[in-house]
Amino acid sequence: MATPALSIRGLTKVYGNGFHALKGIDLDVQQGDFFALLGPNGAGKSTTLGVVCSLVQKSAGQISIFGIDTDRDFARAKYHLGVVPQEFNFNQFEKVIDIVLAQAGYYGMSRSEALPRAKRLLGDLGLWDKRDGSARMLSGGMKRRLMIARALMHRPKLLILDEPTAGVDIELRRSMWEYLRRINREEGTTIILTTHYLEEAESLCRNVAIINHGEIIRNTSVRALLTELDTETFLFDLAAPLEAVPQIEGFEVQQIDGAQLAVMVHRGQRLNDIFAALGEQGIEVVSMRNRANRLEEMFVTMVEQGNADLARAAAAAEARP
Amino acid sequence: MSPTQIAIALWTLVHKEIKRFMRIWPQTLLPPSITMTMYFIIFGNLIGSRIGDMDGFSYMDFIVPGLIMMAVITNSYSNVASSFFSNKFQRSIEEMMVSPMPNWVILAGFVLGGMARGLGVGLIVTIVSLFFTRISMVHPLLTIFVVVLTSALFSIGGFINALLADKFDDISIVPTFILTPLTYLGGVFYSISMLPALWQGVSMLNPILYMVNVFRYGFLGVSDIPVVWALSAIVAFIVVLFGIALWMLDRGKGIRS
Ligand SMILES: Nc1ncnc2c1ncn2[C@@H]1O[C@H](COP(=O)(O)OP(=O)(O)O)[C@@H](O)[C@H]1O
Ligand SMILES: [Mg+2]
Repeated sequence: MATPALSIRGLTKVYGNGFHALKGIDLDVQQGDFFALLGPNGAGKSTTLGVVCSLVQKSAGQISIFGIDTDRDFARAKYHLGVVPQEFNFNQFEKVIDIVLAQAGYYGMSRSEALPRAKRLLGDLGLWDKRDGSARMLSGGMKRRLMIARALMHRPKLLILDEPTAGVDIELRRSMWEYLRRINREEGTTIILTTHYLEEAESLCRNVAIINHGEIIRNTSVRALLTELDTETFLFDLAAPLEAVPQIEGFEVQQIDGAQLAVMVHRGQRLNDIFAALGEQGIEVVSMRNRANRLEEMFVTMVEQGNADLARAAAAAEARP
Repeated sequence: MSPTQIAIALWTLVHKEIKRFMRIWPQTLLPPSITMTMYFIIFGNLIGSRIGDMDGFSYMDFIVPGLIMMAVITNSYSNVASSFFSNKFQRSIEEMMVSPMPNWVILAGFVLGGMARGLGVGLIVTIVSLFFTRISMVHPLLTIFVVVLTSALFSIGGFINALLADKFDDISIVPTFILTPLTYLGGVFYSISMLPALWQGVSMLNPILYMVNVFRYGFLGVSDIPVVWALSAIVAFIVVLFGIALWMLDRGKGIRS
């Protein structure tokens, strides 16, 4: 397999106040992938990306970007990396054009090369008309797009975006998604984005890692994740231990121990069918419960957060005269 | 980075720094010019004519080098302190940190920017002084050499201050409570030969005294202290402070969590 665009091993981060934000993360993102790092607020998404782009100092672990170990030669690795952070981090008083040109300069790109590139990127992102205004005059969505243009100036092969659509209205969100899809498809740019919206990962990304409390709890394809989310596991306590795992047509059955079975149920399947099959085989069920699922717990938190976000947005909209 | 790329990165940063203080010239270039003009009028012209000679020169001629130096010191320092701190505050320092630009280039870029402002204001003050007196330089090369070194030194000082600062107040503490007193007591307005022996000794602990004196020596050919000594001390300070600033940057002090 080709060298991964990003490879993380055993990454831990303990902040100055003693908080363990990352507890040993392993992650590979393949070249050309469109990858989501999905998790609720405070999960450690920004910390992970911060370490990757050198803004946060890691406590332990290794990172390589296109095979370049960042402990050995971070400078060379940084050429491949474009960063769009979660919070605006440009000088608000500078002109839009100056911000992107300076960024190209920091990568050693000459002005004659940077100008046409700036024109193209700002044009594509609908900012060319605003180039001579100062950055603070831009709307939130425009500021976000300015950071995307800035990150792409030096033609990085890996673009990382931290919650790129937070605070961006739906219309703009779609056009931003379209743009990201395009550079992923046409220029082969590997893209990693963090989000706490499942729908965003679903509509954009091929692969996904789910992070919660500083740990990766799933790393799979988006399709597999969706299937898994549509599945519930039920535990059946039986009256008597079984010799062999019973077959139930259309269901995946596991024996946990002698007198306990785990059965996976996809959305749309009927529990009645399980009881019928077990009954036919003379197996008596004493009690049943569904298995606590870390993934599910996390999504409950995320959905609650999403609702809180919506409520806040609605309240803000109402407050507006 | 290749040498060409480094040169581009450095120029980008220096150019940006110069543009910054030019854009806000009413805050950066105008006030020192007005203050120094006041000093010339009040101390040089009005009071100076009653003071008489100082070390064999008219009081006006005596204070011109000191005032130029004072302007260079405060402007170099405060330019880097406020520019770097505001980059930290607005987080635009991250633009540089995610780039492959080495830390010494970041440091050099801000320091050169501070020097551009410090020396620029120094030049303005020099030009203003020409309205009050005719200045001549006995040792022009030495004069320029000293003022450039001094500007570099205080630019680095401003950088370290900004790295350590957590809020805007933190970048005005050093100028107010350390730089200004040391400059006033650094022989800008008087010759330390006027002081009693004890206070001459204490004054010798003030680094700014050396810079002011060597600078004045360049103009007038007289100094309270040996020139070579003073020059070596300034160079040593620059090397040590540059090293400290770079070490702090490498460690991510004040900018990386
Ligand atoms: N500088 C810091 N000092 C201490 N704790 C921090 C710092 N930055 C983030 N944290 C904590 O680390 C955890 C992970 O934060 P973050 O990576 O920003 O999460 P996410 O981006 O997934 O919302 C949070 O609990 C946050 O409070
Ligand atoms: Mg975050």
